[in-house]
Amino acid sequence: MRAKFVLSEALTGLWRNVTMSVAMILTTAISLTLLGAGGLLYVQIQETKDVLRGKVEVMLFLNDDASEQQRQTLKQRLENDHQLVRDVSFESKEQAYERFKELFRNSPDFVHGVQPDALPASFRVKLLDPKDYSDLANKYRSADGVSRVSSQQEVVSQLFSMIDAVKNTTFAVAVLQGIAALLLIGNTIQVAAYSRRREVSIMKLVGASNWYVRLPFILEASMAGLIGAAIGWLGLILGKVFLVDGALKPIFSSGLIPVIQWGDILVTGPILAFIAIAISGITGWSTLRFYVKV
Amino acid sequence: MITLESVSKRYPKSRRPALDDVSVGVDKGEFVFFIGPSGSGKSTFIRLLLREEVPTSGKVTVAGRDLGTLRSWRIPQLRRSIGCVFQDFRLLPNKTSAENVAFALEVIGKTRPVIRRVVPEVLSLVGLEGKENRYPSELSGGEQQRVAIARAFVNRPLVLLADEPTGNLDPDTSIEIMRLLDRINRTGTTVVMATHDANIVNQMRRRVVELDRGRVIRDQHRGVYG
Repeated sequence: MRAKFVLSEALTGLWRNVTMSVAMILTTAISLTLLGAGGLLYVQIQETKDVLRGKVEVMLFLNDDASEQQRQTLKQRLENDHQLVRDVSFESKEQAYERFKELFRNSPDFVHGVQPDALPASFRVKLLDPKDYSDLANKYRSADGVSRVSSQQEVVSQLFSMIDAVKNTTFAVAVLQGIAALLLIGNTIQVAAYSRRREVSIMKLVGASNWYVRLPFILEASMAGLIGAAIGWLGLILGKVFLVDGALKPIFSSGLIPVIQWGDILVTGPILAFIAIAISGITGWSTLRFYVKV
Repeated sequence: MITLESVSKRYPKSRRPALDDVSVGVDKGEFVFFIGPSGSGKSTFIRLLLREEVPTSGKVTVAGRDLGTLRSWRIPQLRRSIGCVFQDFRLLPNKTSAENVAFALEVIGKTRPVIRRVVPEVLSLVGLEGKENRYPSELSGGEQQRVAIARAFVNRPLVLLADEPTGNLDPDTSIEIMRLLDRINRTGTTVVMATHDANIVNQMRRRVVELDRGRVIRDQHRGVYG
C-alpha cells in the first residue's frame, strides 16, 4: 500500500469540501480546548485540595467565661481523640490578639479599634483526615465551654465548589461541542464517500481490501482531528498567556489557587492530539461501515 | 468454475423472486451467454457471483469458493479472481486509459515496476496502442469498453463477467468487442456474458442459458437467441 497515494487522497478529500472541513476542524478545536481547559482545572483542583487540606485547621472557640477546668477537660478529650485528631494547640486571648495585630499590621486604625480581650481563646485542631471536619464539629460543638466551631475548610470548600462548577460547565460544553464535532465528522465522511463513490465502487470491483478503500477517508477524518487538536492546544496556550497570566492574574496571585503551569499545558497537547485522532478515526470508520458496504 | 445449486434471490420489496430455484454450472474455459429480457434475473446472477448480493436460498460456488460461507474480509480476494465489464464502462473520467488500468493494480497493492510493465502489455492486447494517454472523454465508446476490458483482464482473472458489454455500442463496434472477448476466452479465461443482443448471440454460436422471470427456461450448447 502506497503511503503517498493514500495521503494525497486524504488531503484532496479535505480540500474538496473545504467549508465543511473548516467547520469540522473549528468545532473539534473548540471542543478540545474546552476539554483541555476542564482537564487542567480538574488537575488544579486536586492539587489545591491536597495542599490546602494538610494546612487547614479547625478552630474551637471558647466562651469568655469558660473555666480553667473546662479548658483542661476539653484539651484532654481532644488529645485522646485518636480517631479524628492529629494535633492540638491552644491559643490564648493574648496570642489571638498578637496574631490579629500581625495579620492586620497594615491597617493600624482597624487594630486600634479592637480591644485586646475581644478575641476569643481557641483550640486549634489539625485533623487526621481533613474530610472529617463535620464529625469533629458535631462532636465538640456542644461541649462545655465551647462557643463555636469554625474552619477555614468552609471558606475553602466554597471556593472549590465554585471552581468545580466552572469545571463541570466546561466539560458539559466540551461534550456538546464534541457531539457536534462527531456529527460534522460523520457528515464530512459521508460527503467524501459520496463524491468518490465511483472510485470506491471500482476499487471494490477490482478487489481492493476494505482497509485500502477506507483508509483515505479515515485519514481524512484523523487529519482534521489532528488540525483541530493543534488549534485547540493553541487556544489553551493563548488562554494561559492572556487569562491565567493576564486578566485573571489577581485571583492566582492571592496564592490560594496554584497557577496553571506551562508544563501541564505542554502535556495536554499530545493528549488532545491522541483523543482527537482516535475519536475522529473511529467515527470515520464507523460511518464508512454504513456507507461503504462491501 | 461456477455452480449455482437451487439458488433463489428475493428482494425485500418485490413480489416476484429475481431468481427462482436456479441450478446451473459453468466449466473452466467456457463461454456462456445469459440471455433474457430486462428483469429476467441476468444482473442479479452477476451480482451474486461478485458477492454483491447473497442468495435468499441455495448455494453459489465460484472458483472453488462457497460464497455462502465466505467471510466478508475475503471478498476482495474473490473479486481479484473475477474480471468485470459493464454496459456503462465505469471508467474514472479524470484518469487516462493507462491510469485507469493502473488504478486497478495500485489498489490491490501491485508494485510500480509490475504496473509499468503490465499496463502497456494489456492495452496493446486490447488494441489501444498509442492511446495510453487519452482520457475517456477523448475515446469512442468501443475504445472506452476496451479500456474497461483491459482493466478487467489485467490481473489475469479466472472468470470474466460481462454485463451487457455491447449495450451502448453500435453493431460493428459490438462485434469488435466480441472478438476481443473471444480472444480472452481462448487464453483459458471463463467468460460469462449477460446480454439481450440477439445478433451477437446468433453470430457467436456459444452456449446459451435463457432466463425468464428468474427461471432457467433453456440451456443449449451451441445456441442462438431463439
